[in-house]
Amino acid sequence: MNAVTMTDCRKPFAETLIELARQDERIVAVCNDSVGSSNLGEFQTLFPDRLVNVGIAEQNMVGVGAGLANAGLIPFVCGASPFITGRALEQVKVDVAYNRSHVVLCGMSPGFAYGELGATHHSIEDLAWLRAIDGLDVVVPADARQTAAAVRWAATNNGPSFLRISRTPVPEINEREDTDFKPGTSETLLIGSDATIIATGTMVWRAMDAARQLGNEGVSVGVINMASIAPMDEAAVVRAAHTTRLLVTVEESVPRGGLGGAVAEVTAHYSPVRMRMLGTDTFAPTGNVEELTRHFGLDSESIAATVRAGLA
Amino acid sequence: MDSRERARLTRTHVLRTISGAGLGHVGGDFSVTDILAVLYSDVLRFDPANPQWPDRDRFVLSKGHAAVSFYTTLAMSGYFDLDELTSFAAEGSMLNGHPARAKVPGVETSTGPLGHGLPVAVGMAIGARIRGQQWRTFVVTGDGELQEGSNWEAAMLAGHRSLGNLTLIVDRNRLQQGARTEETNALDPLDAKFEAFGWEAVEVDGHDHEQLRRELTRTHDKPLVVIANTTKGRGVSFMEDLAVWHHKVPSPEQVDAALVEIGTSS
Repeated sequence: MNAVTMTDCRKPFAETLIELARQDERIVAVCNDSVGSSNLGEFQTLFPDRLVNVGIAEQNMVGVGAGLANAGLIPFVCGASPFITGRALEQVKVDVAYNRSHVVLCGMSPGFAYGELGATHHSIEDLAWLRAIDGLDVVVPADARQTAAAVRWAATNNGPSFLRISRTPVPEINEREDTDFKPGTSETLLIGSDATIIATGTMVWRAMDAARQLGNEGVSVGVINMASIAPMDEAAVVRAAHTTRLLVTVEESVPRGGLGGAVAEVTAHYSPVRMRMLGTDTFAPTGNVEELTRHFGLDSESIAATVRAGLA
Repeated sequence: MDSRERARLTRTHVLRTISGAGLGHVGGDFSVTDILAVLYSDVLRFDPANPQWPDRDRFVLSKGHAAVSFYTTLAMSGYFDLDELTSFAAEGSMLNGHPARAKVPGVETSTGPLGHGLPVAVGMAIGARIRGQQWRTFVVTGDGELQEGSNWEAAMLAGHRSLGNLTLIVDRNRLQQGARTEETNALDPLDAKFEAFGWEAVEVDGHDHEQLRRELTRTHDKPLVVIANTTKGRGVSFMEDLAVWHHKVPSPEQVDAALVEIGTSS
């Protein structure tokens, strides 16, 4: 087996942001004392006047972002995902989404990426909270390539968006050349006839591993990378519900209202099908990322086991 | 239009609009009326034919519940027809109870939940600095609203960055929805609080147009807070300084009596 390169997606995030900022002087970054954790150090060195560090003040950070957009700038507002969402949720709703502001909210290190730091620092509710907000595009890239594509899209999308950027290293999920991101679309990575795994973000490569294991056992499993949580590619969900008899959703977040809930809304409306939803259904116990991945049944062996049990 | 005449007409339209719709916040509408009149008559640079003119001054009404005063001001300034006020709060109207940016021309940012306007205004002022542009940013908050912590996050940043292109006017009517500010969660000394945050603070009579004009048209190096001492329900004797008129709707007889007091025969 070839050595697999694992990438912290904050790296392609920062590289792409810098590439865009060189081309367009309207691009600015806003952060809450998170120059390091948002990987904005090089941006700050290159564009010191275009990095607005508001200090530890997330409500103000999101409001300032909306004001910068009003002034004709394109702000990428960066903070640890639990705080930019939970702490500033009303600013996200009113100042960004209701205003239809071109603000790019960047939730760094979401899910349980902060591992042992504990549930206060985990951002597992963000997808459910944000998916409920009208007009806010919610995007969870699965790898470095998709992260770069999502950043480029968000810079030109004339409206509010949220990018969920993980620090937990992930491999490239395939060799695809297409580097455009389009909201409301998905990537079918594998086509199966027995079950389909719909995964997002850091869970996509694990879903691919699970599908390969099951394929070796003669179980035909499809995999969809659902990076666009809102709007969602409903047609892909319906297609999977029609062609396979089990859907398993996998996410590093709460399925109630998250990816699992979103997929279930589609299937309940158009094509009821048996489902299993994997995610973080409780506050996490103490543990590192790998330990928590196993605790919540999100490692590839556990995903495969859920598919097997669901098909039985 | 002369700011005094603008203020009289604003109060007239506010009374008729709230009476017609059966809802509104007349007390706060009247405490902020003179501030809005001076801003839109003598201070702000704007073009109602081109609401997105990049070099316009930015104005944010953070106390969004004073929407009817604001809508009237925008209509009198040419952003939309005054007749539109009759649709206030009606089904499908662009004029809901709190101003929405995506619906109403001239509204820079949606407000209503308190503590949102100042952070957005600070972002605007930083944006002008980054872009090297000369337009200014003005924001009006209520006083009770300053109990929201987000204002102090924003005030700290504005002071830190010495945003001399930012002016905050506090509509200091000393009443919040349920009681007096100083009985609820005291704000005084307000000037010292802002000065400690790196602002220049001045106090004016918020119904004296000359005083308002003087402070709002001068330059300053630090962010400026104009603490405008006002009276809730200003202009109508039976409404003045009474918490109950925060969102009470006047009866037709009360409207007639009020119109006489503000100099408009019904």
